[in-house]
Amino acid sequence: MLARRKFVNAMMLTMTGVCTVITVAVLFLILGALIVNGASSLSWNFFTKLPVPIGETGGGMANAIVGSAQIVGIAALLGIPIGFIAGVYLAEYEDKKFAAVVRYIADLLNGVPSIIVGILGWALLVVPLHGNSALAGSIALSVMLIPIVTRQTEQFLREVPLSLREGALALGASKWKMIATVAVPAGSKGIMTGMILGVARIAGESAPLLFTAGLSQYWGSLTEPTASLPVMIYKLATGPYEEWHQQAWAAGLVLIGMVLTANILARLILARGVSVPRG
Amino acid sequence: MGDRIARLTALFFACVLVAIVILLVYELLWRSEPARAKFGWKFLTSSEWNPVNEDFGALPFLYGTVVTSVVAMLLSIPLGVGAAIFLAELAPPNVSNGLTFVIELLAAIPSVIYGLLAIFTLVPLMRQYIEPFLKETLGFLPFFQGPAAGVGYLTAGLVLAIMTVPFIISVSRESLLAVPREQREAALALGATRWETTWQIVVPYAKLGILGSIFLGLARALGETMAVTMVIGNVPAVHASLLWPGYTIAAVIANEFAEAGGKIYPSALVELGLVLFGLTIVINGVARMMIVATTKKGSGR
Repeated sequence: MLARRKFVNAMMLTMTGVCTVITVAVLFLILGALIVNGASSLSWNFFTKLPVPIGETGGGMANAIVGSAQIVGIAALLGIPIGFIAGVYLAEYEDKKFAAVVRYIADLLNGVPSIIVGILGWALLVVPLHGNSALAGSIALSVMLIPIVTRQTEQFLREVPLSLREGALALGASKWKMIATVAVPAGSKGIMTGMILGVARIAGESAPLLFTAGLSQYWGSLTEPTASLPVMIYKLATGPYEEWHQQAWAAGLVLIGMVLTANILARLILARGVSVPRG
Repeated sequence: MGDRIARLTALFFACVLVAIVILLVYELLWRSEPARAKFGWKFLTSSEWNPVNEDFGALPFLYGTVVTSVVAMLLSIPLGVGAAIFLAELAPPNVSNGLTFVIELLAAIPSVIYGLLAIFTLVPLMRQYIEPFLKETLGFLPFFQGPAAGVGYLTAGLVLAIMTVPFIISVSRESLLAVPREQREAALALGATRWETTWQIVVPYAKLGILGSIFLGLARALGETMAVTMVIGNVPAVHASLLWPGYTIAAVIANEFAEAGGKIYPSALVELGLVLFGLTIVINGVARMMIVATTKKGSGR
């Protein structure tokens, strides 16, 4: 009986370890496959040239790289301030009932499938403007970014000790001055981390861009269809040509490099400790 | 004075969030109106999908969405909960934190990259080895019959499983860590083995949080678009066999929305979006209620 229990114990504990190993191995398999297949197609042209028609060599994806930067940049300019201030509201100005509603809404928005956010961007900007545009893509991505930044900002402001706030208020600072000069700087590392992670997340999204920013062979602009790295990867990988597949691997490697760098960077910022000791 | 302005500004931006959701629901309802008026509830039960005759039904997509998600959950629940138990109960804190970081990176990988890898590595593997093997050994079951095309419900479910595991692990681990230490010590002191303590005491205590993590993963799987679109096969049909190509709601919107002409066609696609929206809201809501309930109860390590 005891032997059997010991055996079950050893076996099940080993199994949990195996589960962990499998999961972690997947990440390294993904990275390995991307490097093996993508590195050979990465060249200077990839970053500086426009796509060329099938059959010609030497094309690149400069327009998609710039397009991604443009779409994500504008989405960040729109989404970060809104998300940040809404987060400040949730953490600092709690009107019990309404704050609960906003918090619920933020979580709801966080869980909305990205393809549906694409439909919203399409309805708001593609239909009225009669065509795809980088701006429509930015709007869609900012809708995804706002709730992420809101909840992160709220979470890290809540970790700022009450004693710090009380100190500022006791010295005669008004509430908004206390928030701006004490609470936000104290929680700034965490808030920054949240913003970086949020931007990294939307930079990899393709579903909301399919029918908002669309796709283009040329340089995009705010009001014209604009290529982005994730949508390019989708198009190239599902296309019939071997050259396209090679390009897709290379683009995948570039995209994952950016996303993982942002994630590790965010982690390093946070790892150097919260700006103030927890009270 | 300054305080009032600051307060109103903050309130205004909080209202922006509420406005976005109201706008989203309004657009989904309004843009799907023509299709809802034309098909009524029959939309959900019809498996017709014919853009030429403007006859649309959601059944093949609903079926595909649910089947791929269920397959994903069958694989990711044991894998995720197992790994969470290892990380929370067995691994030393340093190792646990390091591995959790790696697993969180897995959650940060864009879904189009999962799709890219699936197309070029998983699909050939499924076609050549795994699906023929399943047909040979389990072919008497209705789930493993038909063509071994590589693309289809099973492959999509497998990709979704890999994508949802990180969510299940990180939330389950949190709720396992929130179980008070005394619970474990009491069980161990009574002579229970490590596994018995974990399985009979710690896991039941964290049950709600683990269930919450599963629902969170399920909501992700239901709404996942790109990776599924790339490996599901894109055939609007209902098949019992998991080896057949199928279609999901998110995938059909991704594939057809840009080209959908006329009035009814885009409207039917938006209605599919509305169905998916409703589905994920309910599942997410259930998940959050469960997770909130456990984190309130726990006291942390």
